[in-house]
Amino acid sequence: MKHGQGGLGGASLLRQVPRVTLLLLFVPVLAGLLGTLAPAFGTGEADWWAAFDSLAAWPGLRRAIALSLASGLVATVLSLAITLLLVASLADTAMFAALRRLLSPLLAIPHAAAALGLAFLIAPSGWIVRALSPWATGWTAPPDVLILNDPWGASLTLGLITKEVPFLLLMTLASLPQTDAARRMAIATSLGYGQVAGFVLCVLPPLYRQLRLPVYAVLAYAMTAVEMAMILGPTLPPTLAVQIIHWMTDPSLAHRGTAAAAALVQLVLVVAALLGWHLAERFARAAVLRAAGSGRRWARADPPLRLFAVAVGFVVAGLLITGLIGLAVWSFAGLWQFPAALPASLNLTTWMKSGPDLARTAGVTAAIALLATGAAAGLVLACLEAEHRFGLTADQRALWLLYLPLIVPQIAFLPGLQRLTLALGAENGVPAVAAVHLVFVLPYVFLSLGPAFRAWDGHFAVAGAALGATPAKVFWRLRLPMLLGPVLTAVAVGVSVSVAQYLPSLLIGGGRVETLTTEAVALSSGGNRRIIGAYGLMQMLLPSLGFAVALAVPRLVFRHRAGMRADLRAGSSGRTAR
Amino acid sequence: MTGGLTLDALVLRLGARVIAQMSVEVAPSAVLTVMGPSGSGKSSLLAAIIGAAPRAFTVSGRVLLGARDVSDAAPHARRIGILFQDDVLFPHLSVGQNLGFGLPPGQSRAQRQTAIDTALERAGMAGFAGRDPATLSGGQRARVALLRALLSRPDALLLDEPFSRLDAELRAQFRAFVFSQTRAHGLPVILVTHDPDDARAAAGRIMDPMGRELALPGG
Repeated sequence: MKHGQGGLGGASLLRQVPRVTLLLLFVPVLAGLLGTLAPAFGTGEADWWAAFDSLAAWPGLRRAIALSLASGLVATVLSLAITLLLVASLADTAMFAALRRLLSPLLAIPHAAAALGLAFLIAPSGWIVRALSPWATGWTAPPDVLILNDPWGASLTLGLITKEVPFLLLMTLASLPQTDAARRMAIATSLGYGQVAGFVLCVLPPLYRQLRLPVYAVLAYAMTAVEMAMILGPTLPPTLAVQIIHWMTDPSLAHRGTAAAAALVQLVLVVAALLGWHLAERFARAAVLRAAGSGRRWARADPPLRLFAVAVGFVVAGLLITGLIGLAVWSFAGLWQFPAALPASLNLTTWMKSGPDLARTAGVTAAIALLATGAAAGLVLACLEAEHRFGLTADQRALWLLYLPLIVPQIAFLPGLQRLTLALGAENGVPAVAAVHLVFVLPYVFLSLGPAFRAWDGHFAVAGAALGATPAKVFWRLRLPMLLGPVLTAVAVGVSVSVAQYLPSLLIGGGRVETLTTEAVALSSGGNRRIIGAYGLMQMLLPSLGFAVALAVPRLVFRHRAGMRADLRAGSSGRTAR
Repeated sequence: MTGGLTLDALVLRLGARVIAQMSVEVAPSAVLTVMGPSGSGKSSLLAAIIGAAPRAFTVSGRVLLGARDVSDAAPHARRIGILFQDDVLFPHLSVGQNLGFGLPPGQSRAQRQTAIDTALERAGMAGFAGRDPATLSGGQRARVALLRALLSRPDALLLDEPFSRLDAELRAQFRAFVFSQTRAHGLPVILVTHDPDDARAAAGRIMDPMGRELALPGG
């Protein structure tokens, strides 16, 4: 028997949405890559060699490459290790619940704001030095040491870790229920294995399979992060990604070829690092299997590891949170001389003075975020509804395509996309920026909403249909309202991803679209901490507002519906953005 | 009502395996009871009749309501109501809104409200329209689920063990209420159960999911 599916035109349209959506993710990435590489290959062979010659002639090249690789790999390894250690040694403890509550909201904080907060904390004139001066250090003036922007990229790596640990932690917690972790751990510990050993030997192998794509996204991001590297990273030379942006935005246009050649090098680096990582996965897996065969229990390793995990977890959360408080304090600070731990007075001068600019920039940022997220939410809902109505299944290939914009470095395809939009004669205004934000927002909206949408009890749909409701009525009157909480959470995730975007706004906006993030990064090279603090704070406020709405609205709408409030409590862990 | 519910050589397969099959005619106001152990394909049979069998299944044969062949119709166009073991009241809607969801469109708001209020009154639940379904007792929820199905004016009603969740006393009471209502509306009914008491109360033919006639043990 075949079933009619409501309005025929609408149904066949809906059926195409998943394919169209994947194309929307795939085509810009591919076109951008080609567009970026085109100038490197110029119009003839001479230009090709010229571009690479000029890149090779840059004295900082080897160091920039080494910095990219080192900060990216070290940040990824440590973030993953810290995350797994936290989950392995603390899962199901009150301490873990506290850490989780502390770290989850930090996910919504844009990279730039986190980096600025950290910079305020660890700079020679930052809070840490102030707290120790002069009584412990004897310093009455900021010391002349290069903590921030250190040439080895250590502060950059630290910054990356503080942002990636919350992301990987939430991805891990989302995957953990599918690995039968609780029972496996119970078996392992009953056989005398330590908790961490039991986790690594029995839970990690299936867990890592689910974590692989998020880890690849972290590695690719950490190697090519631009705004964090601009704020925290070395300067002479900077990381390769930052140098590409310097060349790309050089008004003389003379370095476009060099930039394109460098982008190609950057892409090759990332691909090589991913392949290397993939190889290392095999060795790690073999090592785990060998260890499992050795019969050693490692039970005595638990107490020190647990202590270490707690310490590292709270340091990561503490750095982020103190840094953000620092941003807030600076934005209200009056006179604040070194080495005073707190400003002499607080006032609203900064906010009054930059109020109009802040409001305008926040408005543009919110408009872009809402346009991109609105489109993403619509497409994701249509994809999921099509999947449900036509029995489509998202295979591994679709998942890879979903992650594609998160794994291919922005620095490798956005320059090309910029050239294409210019060539197509598109105005580089708010709509163009929002359209490109969509490419990055959509995967996160999908990852956030997908599990809740698919977990919705199909009995409601059958009951609705048996009452004569068309599939459309079931969607609009039952499924969508019952998923109000997850939908709003996914929108908040999308908004936080959009607000955090730096490169797409900078490059596609052609310098004419000013968002909170582009402004905050631009201001970061200047010395006005009060204004930087204000922009950093606004950068956090916008996503926080989104999450506040996502929490409050369903509770308000369903305040007289006890059955929905139970759902809300059960379904509040679906956030996946970083 | 328009007539009985006819299953004409209805066969439900999973791969090559036959899960359930039935050729039977259920007259208006009559009740056909389908009995069998859990996992014997009873619920899948009902899903096939309303057109909501999981995709892995293949369904052949015809489902007719009176002379109307609904075999190729979408579930919402069949006009076959169903009650599940769980009441499946929509948790985001009030009791009245749940009933309104079942009511076909095309009347004024006042007329719809009257229909809802009258139905509640007849079920001994006057004034419950504004209530949150989560605050109702099990028996009240079951009655609202039945009213909702009846308000959608189905041509047949399927019962998927709707009594099994209720305690013994409530169970007999609700069962009597259901059958009095389906008789009053002249609906053909298929009841799926594993409880012989249900089958006895239904007082109709009894079959297993493979369409074989059964006699009640000790009955």
